Amino acid sequence: MSDHRPTGIKRWLYTTNHKDIGTMYLWFSFIMFLTGGAMAMVIRAELYQPGLQFVEPGFFNQMTTMHGLIMVFGAVMPSMVGLANWLIPMQIGAPDMALPRMNNWSFWILPFAFTLLLSSLFMEGGAPNFGWTFYAPLSTTYAPPSTDFFILGVHMMGISSIMGAINVIVTIFNMRAPGMTLMKMPLFVWTWLITAFLLIMVMPVLAGVVTMMLTDRHFGTAFFDAAGGGDPVMFQHIFWFFGHPEVYIMVLPAFGVVSEIIPAFSRKKLFGYSSMVYATASIALLSFIVWAHHMFAVGMPVAGELFFMIATMLIAVPTGVKVFNWIATMWQGSLTFETPMLFSIAFVILFTIGGFSGVMLAMAPVDFQYHDTYFVVAHFHYVLFPGAIFGTTAAVYYWFPKWTGKMYNETIGKWHFWLSMVFVNLTFFPMHFSGLAGMPRRIPDYNMMFADYNMWASIGAFGLGLTQVFFFVTIIMAIRNGKKADEKQWDGATGLEWDAMPTPAPYHSFSTPPKVD
Amino acid sequence: MSTETEEKYESYYVPEQSPWPIVGAVALFFIAYGAGNFIQQSGDFVETGDAGWGKFVLMGAMAVMIYMLFRWWKDVIKESVEGLYSAQMDRSFKQGMLWFIASEVMFFAAFFGALLYVRQLIIPWLGGEGNNAATHMYLWPDFIPQWPLTTTPDGTTTTGMGAWGLPAINTALLLTSSWTLTIAHHALKENNRQALLNYTVLTAVLGIVFLALQALEYHHAYGEMGLTMGSGIYGSTFFLLTGFHGFHVTLGTIYIIVLSIRCAKGDFTAKHHFAYEAGAWYWHFVDVVWLFLFIFVYLM
Amino acid sequence: MAIRRKLIAGITSLLSLMLGGAVQAASKLNMRPGVTETSIEAFELHMMVVWVMVAISVVVFGVMIYSFIFHRRSKHPTPATFSHSTKMEVIWTVIPVIILVYLTIPAVSLLIKMEDASNSEISVQVTGSQWKWHYKYLEGDIIKNEISFYSNLSTPREQYENYATSGAADNVNYLLEVDNHLVIPVDTKVRFLVTADDVIHSWWVPELAVKKDAIPGFINETWTSVPIPGIYRGQCTELCGKDHGFMPVVVEVLTKPDFDKWLAGKAEEKRVADKAAADAASQNWDMAKLMTLGETIYASKCAACHQVNGEGLPPVFPALKDSAIAKGPADVHINMVVNGKQGTGMAAYGAQLTDAEMAAVITYERNAWGNNTGDTVQPADIQAFKAGN
Ligand code: HEA
Ligand code: HEA
Ligand code: HEC
Ligand code: CUA
Ligand SMILES: [Cu+2]
Repeated sequence: MSDHRPTGIKRWLYTTNHKDIGTMYLWFSFIMFLTGGAMAMVIRAELYQPGLQFVEPGFFNQMTTMHGLIMVFGAVMPSMVGLANWLIPMQIGAPDMALPRMNNWSFWILPFAFTLLLSSLFMEGGAPNFGWTFYAPLSTTYAPPSTDFFILGVHMMGISSIMGAINVIVTIFNMRAPGMTLMKMPLFVWTWLITAFLLIMVMPVLAGVVTMMLTDRHFGTAFFDAAGGGDPVMFQHIFWFFGHPEVYIMVLPAFGVVSEIIPAFSRKKLFGYSSMVYATASIALLSFIVWAHHMFAVGMPVAGELFFMIATMLIAVPTGVKVFNWIATMWQGSLTFETPMLFSIAFVILFTIGGFSGVMLAMAPVDFQYHDTYFVVAHFHYVLFPGAIFGTTAAVYYWFPKWTGKMYNETIGKWHFWLSMVFVNLTFFPMHFSGLAGMPRRIPDYNMMFADYNMWASIGAFGLGLTQVFFFVTIIMAIRNGKKADEKQWDGATGLEWDAMPTPAPYHSFSTPPKVD
Repeated sequence: MSTETEEKYESYYVPEQSPWPIVGAVALFFIAYGAGNFIQQSGDFVETGDAGWGKFVLMGAMAVMIYMLFRWWKDVIKESVEGLYSAQMDRSFKQGMLWFIASEVMFFAAFFGALLYVRQLIIPWLGGEGNNAATHMYLWPDFIPQWPLTTTPDGTTTTGMGAWGLPAINTALLLTSSWTLTIAHHALKENNRQALLNYTVLTAVLGIVFLALQALEYHHAYGEMGLTMGSGIYGSTFFLLTGFHGFHVTLGTIYIIVLSIRCAKGDFTAKHHFAYEAGAWYWHFVDVVWLFLFIFVYLM
Repeated sequence: MAIRRKLIAGITSLLSLMLGGAVQAASKLNMRPGVTETSIEAFELHMMVVWVMVAISVVVFGVMIYSFIFHRRSKHPTPATFSHSTKMEVIWTVIPVIILVYLTIPAVSLLIKMEDASNSEISVQVTGSQWKWHYKYLEGDIIKNEISFYSNLSTPREQYENYATSGAADNVNYLLEVDNHLVIPVDTKVRFLVTADDVIHSWWVPELAVKKDAIPGFINETWTSVPIPGIYRGQCTELCGKDHGFMPVVVEVLTKPDFDKWLAGKAEEKRVADKAAADAASQNWDMAKLMTLGETIYASKCAACHQVNGEGLPPVFPALKDSAIAKGPADVHINMVVNGKQGTGMAAYGAQLTDAEMAAVITYERNAWGNNTGDTVQPADIQAFKAGN
């Protein structure tokens, strides 16, 4: 295969190239991140002070809902798939993804799905307004008409994710270069393998539950209506059966990224490779039996509450193994702190803090006090922003020289990091306190006693928003006139993409398999 | 082993550009857009007798989708016949198909999960079990927990569907069809083209008869038994489970019909017949789902 | 020397100031212990977890920071080569397990206690609907007459729509005040039967550590026993639509004698109100009177959905201005308001409003915003409608 690169718009529309598709995923996810972020800005502006200043309560709910949906399904998930597309073939020595045409289809469904979802903002009655968890019956009987388009949009995202996941699994199982045994695969590939498995297990369940919503709304079924023998809480069980594994879908690939970067900048092999693999697998398996920790207040039988509480707390053990392994990798290494490393370190620290609040939430009797307050909001932003988003950011900085052959400006990168670090904490740390003080989530207005924290959080949020502009600028500058990257930009980096491939990576990855020993 | 993969590896075929995925994405968008409008406008249908334009968008987009799939598969078949595909490629297809079926299993799992949750928990709870004594006493004092739920808490009544009429015949039909398809598949492997064709066609026929009987059953349910999607959770689970199964059988039957045509045209070789194998897997999967349906929806 | 001493003194005073501030702030920064046995235990458990997490953080982040400082390339140019240690891995698997067991034990016993609503002395049915709570006192020795009432947000709309200019900032109970408190006696085990009419709500009072989802069609049980009389405030904590942020919960705990007095007063109030309603219903009201009363009722009960200007928020909340129902036959209109519409936010107001209020609000709707039908609906019409119903 020659390094021939099609040109023009068709290059992107018709492509079967994993790198082009990866690039499109990453840009798409960034656009969605800004869109969802802009909605967060609306939320934070309204919450800056008590009183209703900018938006109607009904519109506020639409913002909260769309912010959550767009960030989860539009920003984080596609960003991870983008990384998978770029990296998996390069890291296992494959010429491309196993099913390249389907790969293109997976991507192109997404912009259309989100067009559908975003267009609901302009429909009569407004966009979905029932939270990203869309609990019935608020999302069935009492929801605006645009809900139908939301449901069909979710179906489309599900199709896209499932096809993407199939592609990843098949690529990993079938396309490894000779000698690349499973236990030699880089951790990023491992974490994605497990993520893809989670996707295949849970995305169809999400499709099932939104289908039940659709029939409850229009065809007279009674899944979520006690009068017909159904149960609104059943919605929550099915949703969270998807929803909890979903949160690990969002973070496991980031675990993989960090497991590549920390060894590189510690100049030391990853500590406990096999226990990392087993820990990831354990997290994934446990994630199937903990879903009802989101539902401690719904009135489950005590035995159920106990079971879900204990199962949830257990997840701290394999996650702890991962954290300790990262630390042991740094221990007695020879550390330097370039931008990707800084983001990775922040990931480890802040994700751990988010994990700790997770364990607190897992304790059912105190969760009654935390549940549906800003404490929960603080928890999940800690695992999602400095978790999933920092993970992707670190990955982009780390592999950027490989992908483009150009080097970003390290000074600006560091600025991006430090500003993000300061503002992310300023935004989300006070939310712990407003939650503990008793502020419920998803409210547009609140009592004076929560005012201080909200003001700080809003100031932090505006700063954090502006900081992301930095990221955009860094990347554009680097693409335009970044200086030429070294053949191997990071001296500590290992793996086929660094050792067996020129910089920048050629349009077609390994057309003859590299040697792995 | 490793030398073998190495050999196969070099011939891994990465298709150049293809317009079909983007066409498919656009079609999917309009399917969703049309379906959404169609569903909303069919409310108007009840009032005004006019179902609106949504259905035209939906049908048009479905036509595009079918055309797209047709062309896409045509490309694949052409590449396959030209011998561009290695054994490794074949494995990719097979694994892809298996994981796709796994995802389908999980889709049905959502509905079976709902059914079990309803039967094991909700119905008893509405009847006052567990920590729900007050639920029964204050909200639904007249409710009698039972399955099939012939009287819902709000008093809608319906009839349960028995297992030993059509459903039992359908079970026999589907089991037979799995068997005939297996015979056909073996015939293909042994290069017995006539048996291959006969048994493939027979399978398709069995599928069609199954669907006809299923339609008859629905007709009976709606017309005579008062069992509809709107008759409470029993009707909800009944129609969504059997309905999605029926939909899958429809797809499977179309698939088998296409396979029959391709067999008649002389496609597939004893060694090289991924499409046939995938169809067979899909059919067996649909069959297994039916067995669960028969047990949990009809029998128990 | 003097400078140094001053400096030290300055620093110490600054430090103690900061510490003092921190301690003071801590009361605001933390969960409130609340007043009930369970809330205090929940608070203690919370504190215990916090400290455990802080301790783990100190160790884990401490090691990390040590590594950043002493194992940076400038200090430690040649990296070690180890990449595995079964011993360490066993240690850091086992220690977290032990910590978790240590946390689980008190959590289990507290959970079991919190979920045991048996042996209660009073039961109150708590029903959430968009966007108010309804309380109904059920069987039990103390309650002779059945008492039930709605509890609506009482912070004026004016305050949250014009926060800055309406003096809302001085209202300490801004958004946390209601017209009718839920009243319960001190030191009594009260069982709450929590349910909902439309969507899911959640009934939460932080100081009592009671949070239970209100699920339509199901009743969840929970309980409290409050040792200190006072007023305790909370909010609905499950997203329940547009005005989810505007449905507070207020519980007033009275001493037993005061509670009995309250009960007696409530019964008397009901008798008086029933009589007044009957009187009002027997009169013929003129248009002006109906419209004035109707406007107040409309503003407090209906405007949340149908909006003050009657234009609603279509398509979910229909406009009443120019609505076929509000301008059509009165019976249809009365039926809609008395019986509501199942499966929508439109509740059956027949039980919530008196016949006079009902007549007034319907008259108002039929004549406001240019609906000028000129009709008046009399309380007697409502009575007649209910009788024929
Ligand atoms: C990336 C996403 C992500 C991740 C990784 C997690 C991780 C965890 N989450 Fe979180 N969670 C969310 C995203 C995530 N969560 C979201 C989005 C919601 C809200 C959804 C909504 O309602 O909208 C939520 C809500 C949520 C709830 C429901 C709260 C409520 O609504 O009342 C609970 C309760 O148990 C919970 C628990 C946990 C736990 C125990 C973990 C664990 O996996 C954490 C494990 C990690 C550690 C513990 C740190 C490292 C470990 C060590 C250093 C070892 C030593 C530690 C100990 C011995 C404790 N989460
Ligand atoms: C990965 C997921 C993710 C990410 C990254 C974020 C990022 C942010 N989130 Fe989000 N959030 C969720 C997932 C996420 N969130 C979820 C799942 C919910 C629950 C929803 C629900 O309750 O249903 C939630 C809810 C949620 C709430 C609670 C809302 C409520 O309960 O009512 C708040 C409140 O402050 C908030 C704030 C923020 C802020 C300030 C950011 C910031 O970090 C964002 C910073 C980024 C930007 C701001 C981008 C840059 C944008 C610009 C430069 C825009 C400028 C341009 C224009 C104005 C056009 N989020
Ligand atoms: C929680 C929201 C809510 C409140 C509060 C509410 N309504 Fe409604 N109302 C609705 C909804 C939703 C409908 C539409 C019902 C339907 O689908 O037909 C409706 C419909 C109506 C209609 C019929 C309008 C038409 O043209 O279809 C009238 C009249 C009405 N309401 C009067 C009232 C009155 C009087 C009050 C106060 C005493 C009130 N509503 C309070 C939600 C509400
Ligand atoms: Cu009621 Cu939120
Ligand atoms: Cu979870």
